Amino acid sequence: MPVIAEDMNEITLENLWNTPEGHRVLSCMQCGMCAGTCPYGEVMEYPPRRIIGMLKAGELDTVLRSQSLLTCVTCYACMNKCPRGIRLTEVLLPLVKEQTFIQLTDMPAELQKALENTDRYGNPLGESPRKRADWVKTSKVPVRILPTDRKPTDVLWFVECYTAYHPRGQDNCRATAKLFHALGVDFAILGHEEKCAGECARLTGETGLFDKLTDYTMKLLGKYKFNRLVTSGAHAYDTFVHEYRPRGFNHELDHTVSFFASRLDQLKPKLKKKLNYTVTYHDACALGRHNNMYDEPRKLLAAIPGVKLVEMEHNRENGICCGGGGGGMWLDTYYKAKGYERLSERRIKEAIATGANVLAVSCPYEVSRFEDALKTVGGNSNMIVRDVVELLAESLEE
Amino acid sequence: MASNIWVLAETWRGQVTETTLELLTLGREVAGQSGSQLEAVLLGDKSLAASLGAADNVLCAANVEPTPEAVAAALAQLVKERQPQAVLVPWTNLSMDAGALAAAQLNVPFVNGCKDLKSDAGTLVAQCVVYGGKLEAAVSATTASTLFGVLPGSRSAASPGNAPTVTDVAVTLPEAKVKFTKYLEPEAGGVDITQQDVLIAVGRGIQTQDNMELANDLAAALGGAVCGSRPVIDQGWLPLSCQVGKSGMQVKPKLYIMLGISGAPEHIEGIKGAQVVVAVNTDAAAPVFNASHYGINADLFEVVPALTEAVKAKKG
Amino acid sequence: MNILVLLKMVPDVVEELEVAGDGKSLDTSFLRTIINERDDHALEQAILLKERHGGKVTVVALDAPDIDDTLFATMAKGADRAVKITDAPEGMTTQMAAKLCGQVVAGLLPADLVLTGVQALDDLDGLSAALVAQQLNFPYIGVVTAVTAGGPTATVLKEFAGGVRGEFAVTLPAVLGVQAAEKPPRYVPVAKVRAVMKTNKIETVSAPGDAGAAQIEVRQLAKPVVSSHAEMLEGSPEEAAGKLVELLAQRGLL
Repeated sequence: MPVIAEDMNEITLENLWNTPEGHRVLSCMQCGMCAGTCPYGEVMEYPPRRIIGMLKAGELDTVLRSQSLLTCVTCYACMNKCPRGIRLTEVLLPLVKEQTFIQLTDMPAELQKALENTDRYGNPLGESPRKRADWVKTSKVPVRILPTDRKPTDVLWFVECYTAYHPRGQDNCRATAKLFHALGVDFAILGHEEKCAGECARLTGETGLFDKLTDYTMKLLGKYKFNRLVTSGAHAYDTFVHEYRPRGFNHELDHTVSFFASRLDQLKPKLKKKLNYTVTYHDACALGRHNNMYDEPRKLLAAIPGVKLVEMEHNRENGICCGGGGGGMWLDTYYKAKGYERLSERRIKEAIATGANVLAVSCPYEVSRFEDALKTVGGNSNMIVRDVVELLAESLEE
Repeated sequence: MASNIWVLAETWRGQVTETTLELLTLGREVAGQSGSQLEAVLLGDKSLAASLGAADNVLCAANVEPTPEAVAAALAQLVKERQPQAVLVPWTNLSMDAGALAAAQLNVPFVNGCKDLKSDAGTLVAQCVVYGGKLEAAVSATTASTLFGVLPGSRSAASPGNAPTVTDVAVTLPEAKVKFTKYLEPEAGGVDITQQDVLIAVGRGIQTQDNMELANDLAAALGGAVCGSRPVIDQGWLPLSCQVGKSGMQVKPKLYIMLGISGAPEHIEGIKGAQVVVAVNTDAAAPVFNASHYGINADLFEVVPALTEAVKAKKG
Repeated sequence: MNILVLLKMVPDVVEELEVAGDGKSLDTSFLRTIINERDDHALEQAILLKERHGGKVTVVALDAPDIDDTLFATMAKGADRAVKITDAPEGMTTQMAAKLCGQVVAGLLPADLVLTGVQALDDLDGLSAALVAQQLNFPYIGVVTAVTAGGPTATVLKEFAGGVRGEFAVTLPAVLGVQAAEKPPRYVPVAKVRAVMKTNKIETVSAPGDAGAAQIEVRQLAKPVVSSHAEMLEGSPEEAAGKLVELLAQRGLL
């Protein structure tokens, strides 16, 4: 289906009005639902509604100079609420963001470093690409690395960056490996050949870097025989669905959450250890609002003996973003300098208010974001943050 | 008798620097190994020769301005005339450009980043820090009168000793094309970190500006001040006057706690005077652990709050 | 004003560096190279000057793996020309490389300024900036952190210790060894680099003449001996913190 990819690439701000998407944008009735639902709507100088207005009036340059779009954390809330069905977060905002990005005179240092690292080392953390699979040495179950053992695999596990390198991400890795093993899944990873899938580069506005990364990953995936790609990255999953598919990626696809949920019948009898946790689940924007994956994580959590699930005030399609998307992961200092509240801090307060003692998440960014937020606004809360797969793996233990 | 070992005396705002005195200690060792004399080369104010008593003789050219151009030209001229065995030059911001330029004029190597220097069967062999401290090279030169750029902290400082003999030497300087105008002082207002007994140093690992609070809290509990390595100062999270290291301050606290600092030699250079050094870093292989007395291999975001609490509890 | 910037690629220390079997050189099998950090600052300073005063920036570099990507990136950032020196002998020291680069730079004159990093990660036998200045017979100053041009002299700040900087008036043309640009090196979007790759060309010149012989001998290259590794305090963060506080109390530091 590469034809679609070409079509998509051809939508630019200049020709927008001549495309079906452009027609849809023209149907905007300026109701302001987007700005109202945007987590940074109050501080954004030009929220989506005004951007459309300015775009129609040919005054987009003012919007670009305002850098408003740096506060877009691509949470899909505006798109989700738009009564006209305008694909704001998928089409319009990335186009505007790309132009904002190109014209940015002073790139926030943290973001610049993350992008330079992703380009050079294939991960935003600036870690050695050769050490991408170093966590495997600490896994209690064997993990096959495809570049050194090339035979076909059923599941190709696309680990992703924070999972592979961040100490808490590596906890996620070990848990996932253990679950695969317990289910007897034939799985393997790409080791040092894997690079960032690129979603955050695209949604930061660095589309050139995104193209470079997708070209690389498409070629890499073509080297190996596998039936299904399973990724630990919520953002990677999202981009495989929406960006790699049109570029010709045609394998079965799962996030770890949806993969284990689809094998719950087989997994449930193995979840024997009772965990006496009250758990509240934070919906990752990239899984929930953008891919409708609301029930799977909750089903998994409910299957763990002893777990009591409670919901936050804002949940499922109304969930509040952790603030890490669209480059927000590397704009914390930029937001703070502007005096904006951190979304992860807003969210953790809601989580604490549920009385839960565990905040369950399913995106590798969120563990560190929420653990940090707990340190700053957590007060005396004894809440801990765990990935869904970590809780499942914990319950496997006798 | 072998030709002499020279040390380029570095002067800074009317004083001979500590590094110069360290180089005199090292130079004395090397001179002893090769049975030669130790001479200091003082370019500028002759009265400063009194601090250079550790040398057997001081060669002094008083008419040299403190620019790399003038210092290099004078040094090169003296080396050509007097053919020392080797010249030890402080590997500092102050002197590295003059040393490099003098070596270029003499067509001899300027051996970079030496932490040690020995005579091996008549040949001088330097131990040099390369690749940002990841490796060390043992380097010898094939030329006579080689210049060695020696890192601060190679030895302890030599005491001034008795007034040395001073030999006045004449140098002819070319027309000056680099002229010193004035000093620019660092922004005022901050604490003087060189006077603190306890310093909490933060590095890249602190990640964001508001994480600086963690360091501030620990400093408050311990009764010290916060300083940083270059990346943190570059970010503007601390003023330039709080930078520790090669291009910042040399500090001598009783306790120096490094948070998220990898331990690049440029930083470690600034803390050689610290009495007890502690490092917290997530990377067990970080070089900082080779430069500290106590190490905690863990996430600073977990350790620092715990440490702050423990200090408060202990102090009551 | 016309500015020449001399760049070099150095080993990327994000990857583990290994010593080759001879015990004297780097194992190049997994070696990646990256632009010398201070040279990147020299480039940034050159582009800042061009933005302020107009003129042209020409980048000169010795051939190396990945050099083309680096040179295209310099043009995407604002350099007007990029010149690559090919067919140079391998394993040159800083002194030898400067001999070749200096000749190429001389052929690209006139220029008001020649900027390069004050030092590089892999220098062992000298500093490029000073060596090139000597060859060109230009005035030189190093550890530069700011440059203001205009007229026959440039006002240059050199960084000393303790945050003190010295202001110098430097007669042009001159060579400056840059420690840090006035602003951190800018970001250049990948798409812009890719566009430059399509429109711009890297000029090449063959290495001129003889680089001479090395005047140093590396007798041994090794990872530093860990003679004084820290005493590691184990346990949970709370436990480790507790142990440290006890140790500090024993030493009278609380």
